[in-house]
Amino acid sequence: MAVYTMKEAKPAPSTSKGLVFWLRENLFSTIPNTLLTLLGIYFIYTTIPPLLDWMIFDATWSGTKEEVVKEGARWIFIIEKFDQFMYGFYPEALHWRPNLVAIISIIFVFFIPRLSSIKIKFVSMLLYPVVCFILIRGGLGLEVVGTEKWGGLMLTILVAAVGIIASFPIGILLALGRQSDNMPIVKTLCVGFIEFIRGVPLITILFMASVVLPLFFSDGIEFDKLLRALIGITLFQAAYIAEVIRGGLQAIPKGQYEASESLGLSYWQGMILIILPQALKISIPNLVGSFISLFKDTTLVLIIGLFDILAMVTLTNSDTSWLGFEIEGYVFVTLIYWVFCFSMSQYSRVIERRYNTDH
Amino acid sequence: MNNSKLPPTSSGLFNSPQNRAIIFQVLSLVVVVLCIFYFVNNMFDNVAKRGITTGFSFLGETAGFGVSQALIPYDDTSSTFLDVFIVGLLNTMLVGVIGIVLASIIGLMVGIGRLSSNYLIAKLSLVYIETFRNIPILLQILFWYNVVLAALPSPRQSISYFDSVFINNRGLIMPDPIFESGSGFILVAFILACISVVFLAKWASKRHDLTGEEFPLIRVSLAIVVVAPLLVFFVTGQPISAEYPALKGFNFKGGITIIPELLALIFALSIYTATYIAEAVRAGIEAVPPGQKEAAKSLGLKEHVILRKVVLPQALRVIIPPVINQYLNLVKNSSLATAIGYPEIVTLFSGTTLNQVGQAIEIILMTMAVYLVFSIVISLLLNWVNAKMEIKGR
Amino acid sequence: MKVTKIALILGLASTLPNLVNAATLEQVMKKGVLNCGVSTGIPGFSATDSKGVWKGIDVDFCRSVAAAVLGDASKVKYIPLTAKERFTALQSGEIDLLSRASTWTATRDTSLGLNFAGVNYYDGQGFLVNKDLGVTSAKELDGASFCIQAGTTTELNLTDYFKSNNMEYKAVTFDTSGQTIDAFKKGRCDAVTSDASQLYGLRIKLDDPKSAVVLPDIISKEPLGPVVRQGDDEWFNVVRWSLFATLEAEELGVTASNVDKQLKSANPSIKRLLGVSGKAGENLGLKSDWAYQIVKQVGNYEEMFENNVGKNSPLNIDRGLNNLWNKGGLMYAMPIR
Repeated sequence: MAVYTMKEAKPAPSTSKGLVFWLRENLFSTIPNTLLTLLGIYFIYTTIPPLLDWMIFDATWSGTKEEVVKEGARWIFIIEKFDQFMYGFYPEALHWRPNLVAIISIIFVFFIPRLSSIKIKFVSMLLYPVVCFILIRGGLGLEVVGTEKWGGLMLTILVAAVGIIASFPIGILLALGRQSDNMPIVKTLCVGFIEFIRGVPLITILFMASVVLPLFFSDGIEFDKLLRALIGITLFQAAYIAEVIRGGLQAIPKGQYEASESLGLSYWQGMILIILPQALKISIPNLVGSFISLFKDTTLVLIIGLFDILAMVTLTNSDTSWLGFEIEGYVFVTLIYWVFCFSMSQYSRVIERRYNTDH
Repeated sequence: MNNSKLPPTSSGLFNSPQNRAIIFQVLSLVVVVLCIFYFVNNMFDNVAKRGITTGFSFLGETAGFGVSQALIPYDDTSSTFLDVFIVGLLNTMLVGVIGIVLASIIGLMVGIGRLSSNYLIAKLSLVYIETFRNIPILLQILFWYNVVLAALPSPRQSISYFDSVFINNRGLIMPDPIFESGSGFILVAFILACISVVFLAKWASKRHDLTGEEFPLIRVSLAIVVVAPLLVFFVTGQPISAEYPALKGFNFKGGITIIPELLALIFALSIYTATYIAEAVRAGIEAVPPGQKEAAKSLGLKEHVILRKVVLPQALRVIIPPVINQYLNLVKNSSLATAIGYPEIVTLFSGTTLNQVGQAIEIILMTMAVYLVFSIVISLLLNWVNAKMEIKGR
Repeated sequence: MKVTKIALILGLASTLPNLVNAATLEQVMKKGVLNCGVSTGIPGFSATDSKGVWKGIDVDFCRSVAAAVLGDASKVKYIPLTAKERFTALQSGEIDLLSRASTWTATRDTSLGLNFAGVNYYDGQGFLVNKDLGVTSAKELDGASFCIQAGTTTELNLTDYFKSNNMEYKAVTFDTSGQTIDAFKKGRCDAVTSDASQLYGLRIKLDDPKSAVVLPDIISKEPLGPVVRQGDDEWFNVVRWSLFATLEAEELGVTASNVDKQLKSANPSIKRLLGVSGKAGENLGLKSDWAYQIVKQVGNYEEMFENNVGKNSPLNIDRGLNNLWNKGGLMYAMPIR
């Protein structure tokens, strides 16, 4: 049998406080810890100052490219090509239209939750996409701008927004279908669709949408390239949203379902009034996570030949008078994506706290 | 939601929930079948009308183009499109395996670092996660490929290590081992060493159960696995030699070349996926009740022993499912290699082959099928792991 | 109510597959716009300038067809396609006409459900190498790495060429020609191989275009031309004769600037070309002034060539094979009569 010997008791922890104590406790408590700290400091020392120098202190912010003398980033490239990064080939005289859409969107997001009347809310929710679409594409007296001219950040946001909004109802239906145990056929169809989409990479779905989809329709029906990409992205996102919402539905206690039934509510009444509001609330963090992935995935449209903001880096860089500025382009686009994704993830944390009604 | 036990309140056909369910299902089935029928019908119609060749007979035709990396013997002039498919498949798997291993290592380290008592390390890990997780993977792949490739020297100015490993803008070039007769003994020795390690592990755990004494299993097994083949290597007269790469003409001849596309892809994929794995590791460790750690501490166990023997075994149960999902994502994301021209299945098959043959439907379906098989295999693995990890009540 | 719904859906679905199946010419006229597939950027052939306007010899061909069919050369919707997408885009009906420097080969003509309407540029495959390599002939490229665009005839020719000369090579393939030249710039490969005309265009994209040379060797025949879907002869004729009209105009000396004067010409060939006499337009299903519109709005072949790839362009490519048949080239238009 094992023989155990008594170990000596350790000294009581120190109660003193202060900077030195904090440093010793958090950075230099043991020898390996000290080594790790020194390694970390060395790492910061070798990366941060050169990066800051390149990006800010040694960077060129104005002038022409012939005048560049400094070693750092030449942001004049971004300034010169800023319009293309933002709007693609959208006609310069009409840039006010996407700008207006951006302003409307901000107002919309800001004021919708503050509206009290359900009717106004509903109407404005229906009107909003229509207004935005007409403003961007034209029609009703506005000059029509074909989708092949849309590009840059505008296209990125548009693809992400349409993907998020359009996939949401489909995702909810798929999730409900997957949860409907009394309808095995519907359930099988939903499971099949969800698992198929989740099993293949987005890029194959985009290829399918861009190359094969037109073969599925008769000659008379024509699809825009952008529209086909949007269909692909929406179907893709719907499968992921369905899984997130299913998670939420599963977390709702069975009592809630039974309670809604005992109130005499029909299936859809019970779902819309009782179950879904709760399920969606729990799903918010995961929904936002899924939106962030979608936003990042919009970059893939460049592979099927749409000019999103990432594609603009290559495109602007093939301008023979601005060769060799791709690093600046990549860094600029990286910063934009990072700011968007990071703020979305922070926002989801805020919402999570706000809607947290647990006591 | 389950209405089946309720008595029907009315005898009308549509008032019974069962009937309603049946009608609804039949309706949706009809709609789906009609849609599929409509699409397939149109497809055959269009294909026939335009005289597009169909079927899979193209797989037997000679491909006739070069591939920059092939794990099976590939000849430009005689290999078929089926060979191209296999080359692409293997290249995808190669990225998958290396990427998964690297991402797991980085992810585990960063995840543990995130919870480190060292303030600086914890913050650095956090910065790493928040930076790389919020940048699209395609952007990272393009960035590493374009920026790093531009920074590397040409073959004639290669960075060299010991005159046997070279780095230049054609990739990483290493000596190629040549197995001469007698090298089989080394393999045998290696296998024997592995088997003996298995037995050793069994013995050690038995001894641990009986006496509570620790056996330095990892160190001893490593020693056995390394020393035994080495001994045989020298006894049999060093039957393995290496072919060293040498600069000849335009580039290095001989040796194994790891192409820069592969390096950039693996680098980007493992850095990106590691952020998710790190978060999973952190969540898993945090899910272990603090009482467990305190109890271990009060037993006088050292930090690393607590981590290895108390925390990680319990955390693994929470960590593994999301991590396996990330493995699947990594494999799917490897399809983005098409943007930098790494010859994996999407680049080679949905790209070059599709363009040479022009049969989009067959080719894209085959590509999708490959990924579906990967995903089914990985889900089966996940289910198996979940079943195995389930807490078994005694 | 449910029963009627089912009936409605069934009825709808059964009508769907029999939707309109209009011919391309009719469709284009109805839409009032020509969907033309071009490249994502091959200088001189089809590329956007800094204002996003499409320019190039292939683009001019799209404009000619639009001028002939719709009477307005600006009514073209350009759809940029990668090499990979081009044929499926045409097969699927997304575009009406593919004018994207595509090589006419037997496989493409017979097994893809496509028809080549003619040749608007006779090209051949060449090599672009760095000057400091000191290479003067393709035969010296044994063991070199080549950057190629995926899914092109170039890829196949390269294999054939090196095999028949018993040399070794490494292929590094990319999706677009832009990526190809980028990789070459960064030293990923020793040479770029592509259609010789494209190499001149790609060379301008180098930081120092003079640092690279196009080798004199041409290793293949690359007849480039517009492509249409198989089985629509009416549309095929329109595209083919639009091409011939530009050549015929050059041969007859009709240019964009003198076309109005030439309307009064006594030359019967010019009369027939410009629709003053004869029924060429009517027989094609077009207006009688179809060729007049092409020359007036776009120009004849010589003008297209010189403005986009020839003397008046940065590419400065010699007419060579692309000269008229009576000036030592291969360009030969069937007579319009």
